[in-house]
Amino acid sequence: MRKRTTPYFECALLTLALGWSAVVMAQNWRKLESDGLHDPGSEAVKVLQDPAEAMSQLPPDTAGNKVDWIRALQGGYIKPRSALRGEKEYEVLDGDVLMNIGGSTPAVLFPHKPHTQWLDCKNCHEGLFQSKAGATPITMEKILQGEYCGVCHGAVAFPLTECNRCHSVRQMDAIKRVRGTP
Amino acid sequence: MLGLLVCWAPGSGAEYADVVLNKRSDKEGVRPVIYPHWFHRIRFQCRVCHGELGFVMRVGATDVTMDEISQGRFCGACHNGEIAWSVENCDLCHSGKPGLPTGIKGGHQTTGPGLW
Repeated sequence: MRKRTTPYFECALLTLALGWSAVVMAQNWRKLESDGLHDPGSEAVKVLQDPAEAMSQLPPDTAGNKVDWIRALQGGYIKPRSALRGEKEYEVLDGDVLMNIGGSTPAVLFPHKPHTQWLDCKNCHEGLFQSKAGATPITMEKILQGEYCGVCHGAVAFPLTECNRCHSVRQMDAIKRVRGTP
Repeated sequence: MLGLLVCWAPGSGAEYADVVLNKRSDKEGVRPVIYPHWFHRIRFQCRVCHGELGFVMRVGATDVTMDEISQGRFCGACHNGEIAWSVENCDLCHSGKPGLPTGIKGGHQTTGPGLW
């Protein structure tokens, strides 16, 4: 007959497991020395800032860097410079664009404001996107291949797994907004 | 249960938006460059590097040489001992495992299509 382990042992095991899972959950970012990219023998892993040190201080998110970069910027958590030396004037455009109206997924609301707080108009226009609404043949397939929105989203801005952040307006509401009906 | 939790621990994997640049490094006998995009965006808006400094928004699309960097172009616009550490600190940028291909690494919740 199998000898029964004491409840104390089981309790200790459970405590250890829960403690470990708490550690794991808190650890959203990998250390440079074990990220699979940095050579552990490089001087850099001793000197450079680990992702957790930089990003655990910023508003959290669930994807990408696990940082809400827009809130980090708009909330003043970070103050990235607009020019190499000092600051330069730049245009922040507060205009939303509705796209994919009549599509089989919710319509896309593209907000100019958070984009122009980071980027100049010329970063997107007229190269990646034509300024004229509807003039650029954007498809999800192209985006997934790293074109259009996919130049940044899926690479450095929030990943393409976050469908609803762009496809955020019910078709019924998008159509009403375009027609100007309540 | 412990075994399950150990498996659940984060494995090795780059931070989202880490950029590997290895057009010339391996050939020149130095480690590839690991450029942490996330670190730089805390300090500079996109418009600085992808405007003022002339970096194209596509990994590997901008042909950067150490000569140009030493002359104050591209990375050298900051990494000059004034704004950031200077080019003598080779190992701080050239810090990747040999043989890594050029590309952007995704981490959380995306394996990312492979065209970056």
